[in-house]
Amino acid sequence: MSRQTARGGDPRKVNGELFTLTYGALVAQLMKDYENDEEVNKQLEKMGYNIGVRIIEDFLARANSTRCNDFRDVAEQISKVAFKMYLGVTPVVSNWSPAADEFSLLLENNPLTDFVELPEGHDALIYSNILCGVLKGALEMIQMDVDVKFVQDQLKGDNITEIRLKFIKRLEDAVPVGED
Amino acid sequence: MTVYDFYLFDRNGNCLYYAEWNRRKQPGISKEEEFKLMYGMIFSIKSFINRISPKDVHDGFLNFKTSKYKLHFYETPSGLKFIMNTDLNVGNIRDVLQQIFSSIYVEYVVKNPLTELGEPVTSELFRSKLDEFVKGLPFFGTRASS
Repeated sequence: MSRQTARGGDPRKVNGELFTLTYGALVAQLMKDYENDEEVNKQLEKMGYNIGVRIIEDFLARANSTRCNDFRDVAEQISKVAFKMYLGVTPVVSNWSPAADEFSLLLENNPLTDFVELPEGHDALIYSNILCGVLKGALEMIQMDVDVKFVQDQLKGDNITEIRLKFIKRLEDAVPVGED
Repeated sequence: MTVYDFYLFDRNGNCLYYAEWNRRKQPGISKEEEFKLMYGMIFSIKSFINRISPKDVHDGFLNFKTSKYKLHFYETPSGLKFIMNTDLNVGNIRDVLQQIFSSIYVEYVVKNPLTELGEPVTSELFRSKLDEFVKGLPFFGTRASS
């Protein structure tokens, strides 16, 4: 967040380290409460989802972008605008599937994990799983059902952090009662 | 020039908020019925426009006029629908509706952790900010001869 340069003196800005540490404290508390990695992953995703369905409105209000024409546009918007706006990093979009319905976001530097080392015995924990929830929730609000998951994580010794997004289907507007 | 009323619908057709200013004639049906009618019409116009348009639609449906009023429409990509009825002399107010979204709805509803999304907005702060904003619009005016 402190890397956001475009808005000088924005009162909404918060110290990046404070943010990272707060997230760390949150995950640590969840670990204590649930004592089970899988359950913590689920809770993080749920929290992210709830953030996502709201953050999308803020995103739309601030970015003022038009509707995306295809999934490639979506990928661009997520990496260049959304991640930049909220986390101050720009992940690289790559590894497109041939049908262009799947891509990866490659993060060299995940701001959520700046001071983190996973303790022994927690191989199943997906520390930044909240991001999957956020992306899923936000995209769902703009009529896209998308599957989001971590496939590589620097915390687990991989070279890079990779989030994979797979387009499932377009959600249609609800039809009012009594109409076809 | 003046503003008659304002509707906000979510993408499931729930009326999240309604307010009126210089609306002197009541429709004679319950508010609930009126909202349903309004949403139904907007929904139909939207699909009509998408089908009839000879080119790909980008902005979609902006407004329509009758001999008595003009209805303005703005939809966010997330499916929120902002509708405002004004008199005939008001131009394109898409930016005004957009501003209601970005500087009032997002600020006072979305960022309020206590509001349940998809439920009617009960926030007093939202109500007063919107009221203030609409009354401050250059075309709000006082009611001219109709």
